Amino acid sequence: MANFEGRSLQCRRGGRDVFAGLSFVLPPGGALVLTGPNGSGKSSLLRLMAGLLRPTGGDLLWDGRSIATAPEAHAGRLHYLGHLDAVKPVLSVAENLSFWAALRGGAAAPEAALEAFALTELAALPGRLLSAGQRRRLALARLIAAPAELWLLDEPSVGLDHASVGRLAAAIADHRAGGGRVAVATHTALDLADPLRLSLDALAPPQLPEMVW
Amino acid sequence: MHRFANPARFTRIADRVLPFAAGGAVLALALGFYLALFVSPADYQQGESVRIMYVHVPSAWMAMVIYVAIALASAVALIWRHPLADLAAKASSPIGAGFAFLTLVTGSLWGRPMWGTWWEWDGRLTSMLILFFLYLGHMALMNAFEDSQRGYRAASILALVGVVNIPIIKFSVDWWSTLHQPTSVMRLDGPTIHPSMLWPLLIVALGFKLYYLTVVLLRIKSELIAARLRALDLAMVKGS
Amino acid sequence: MVSGFLLVIARDLRLALRQRADAWLAVLFFVLTAALFPFGVGPEPNLLARIAPGIIWVVALLAVLLSLERLFLADFEDGSLEQLLLSPLPLELAVLAKVLAHWLTTGLPLIAAAPLLAVLFHMDLAGLGVLLLAMLLGTPTLSLVGAVGAALTLGARRGGVLIPLLVLPLYVPALIFGVGATDAALQGFAVRPHLLLLGAVLLVMLVVTPLAGAAALRQALE
Repeated sequence: MANFEGRSLQCRRGGRDVFAGLSFVLPPGGALVLTGPNGSGKSSLLRLMAGLLRPTGGDLLWDGRSIATAPEAHAGRLHYLGHLDAVKPVLSVAENLSFWAALRGGAAAPEAALEAFALTELAALPGRLLSAGQRRRLALARLIAAPAELWLLDEPSVGLDHASVGRLAAAIADHRAGGGRVAVATHTALDLADPLRLSLDALAPPQLPEMVW
Repeated sequence: MHRFANPARFTRIADRVLPFAAGGAVLALALGFYLALFVSPADYQQGESVRIMYVHVPSAWMAMVIYVAIALASAVALIWRHPLADLAAKASSPIGAGFAFLTLVTGSLWGRPMWGTWWEWDGRLTSMLILFFLYLGHMALMNAFEDSQRGYRAASILALVGVVNIPIIKFSVDWWSTLHQPTSVMRLDGPTIHPSMLWPLLIVALGFKLYYLTVVLLRIKSELIAARLRALDLAMVKGS
Repeated sequence: MVSGFLLVIARDLRLALRQRADAWLAVLFFVLTAALFPFGVGPEPNLLARIAPGIIWVVALLAVLLSLERLFLADFEDGSLEQLLLSPLPLELAVLAKVLAHWLTTGLPLIAAAPLLAVLFHMDLAGLGVLLLAMLLGTPTLSLVGAVGAALTLGARRGGVLIPLLVLPLYVPALIFGVGATDAALQGFAVRPHLLLLGAVLLVMLVVTPLAGAAALRQALE
């Protein structure tokens, strides 16, 4: 199976280089754990991987082909979980979940996904009544409800209780066992088997960008 | 495409062009206005007030030309992500708005003796009013974001949507004004105009173009310097 | 792809149905604002009848304008827009789906309320059919143009105030041809050219809006 790789990626935000010369390879079944302090570009890197951001230098390749050549195909094979949960307050938990699942061609009745994050009891509850942790679990349930090869998770465990973090780790292990790959930015310890670590701290470029000529 | 993206190179080229552009603008405007005010004949119907035309008509041309220039710069900025194209669009917008405003004011002053009112909903003036609003929207959107890059990008998309819509707006306004009795005081019938009037018109138009070039180059230069200052500030913060 | 398109429409309609107050607000604004005009210009029936098409159109345009801000903003703020961009459905189609849903929940109710205003303004009801037909062709254009403005102002300072400034100048053709059609019908002139032009503007925006709207949303999410 194909590799997902980044080659000498550069990311510039607000006239300032966040990182430069960043490379990674994420093989099937692999887990890439991004570490680094706030502002080191973990979220930016995940957004680059998702295709939400375009790199200012370098390229992202799936199976040797740049993801920019077929953005919709790339979007179709990934799940991105950012800081926002995309939960509609007036839709029930089940309605929220089945919309996103159906849009990605997943199961129409995503009971298994609800079960995986212990949301079955809450299925009929409208989104506005959920706690922050429950909303996060609902967002995570999207990962299960429609299969995708690549999971991009930005601080997925924020607001989760201990049991839910365990469920997340189990879901990731399951995903990887099936050949899926995952990239995670996290501060809390997430129990992942033999992860590839990528520290972004070392990749901050010398801060005299070329704008100063 | 990125040959001119280097700020230093751009500044070098701009510095070489600027004296000619500025000098040319002064010469052309001086000559044009001399011809317009002293040499060209007064109109047998409109009298001396016809001389307003020598500002009014070239301003109207400029207002339209600059919008098209902004749209072109926007297309370049969106397709090739060329940073100088963004700056050119940003620098052009207030100048275009200025020319549109000048067109409206001179139109109003010209219309006063002709129509007896300060404002008439004449097709040309009304189109220019809408163009003026388009400029204001472009400027407002450009400056509405904390991140200047987002402002550039949003304004570029708006300029392209605007340039697609301008012919439609122009057509609809003409259609509308012919439905409600046309006022044809300001009809200029192109090439049939007498040379003694056409020459000053063209020379003033050339002067305005060179003026535009001068101001755009100056404004882009100052934007580059401001960006450099910001970058230095950032470097200082990092260094300390 | 078709099913994704329909799914987005169905979701937006369901959201609008659960928040019915929003849709009512636009219609209420439409009727209420129009009802102010007799106080402004006097209740003389002939005058009201003459200006009725213009007032109905201008007020409809303002009512649409009022509803534009929430077209993308809620989805932008809660992260749904990000997910929509990363779905297999092309963003251009998603934009079109959202605009269609917006029209169904805003433009269509306005058209339904227009006969009421025509009666209040003593409009000759012989022109009512053309008024409704023109609105049927014109209000989708209002939604389409407005969507570009709404997408461009996401994340802007004072986004809600900016939208009118961006959108109103672009509304002029729809307004001119829309009122022109109704006026022509009332005065016994040919209606067809006005309606054809209205349709042409709609077609142009059907092409422009998905492209510009999707580009605007992409840059808003960068």
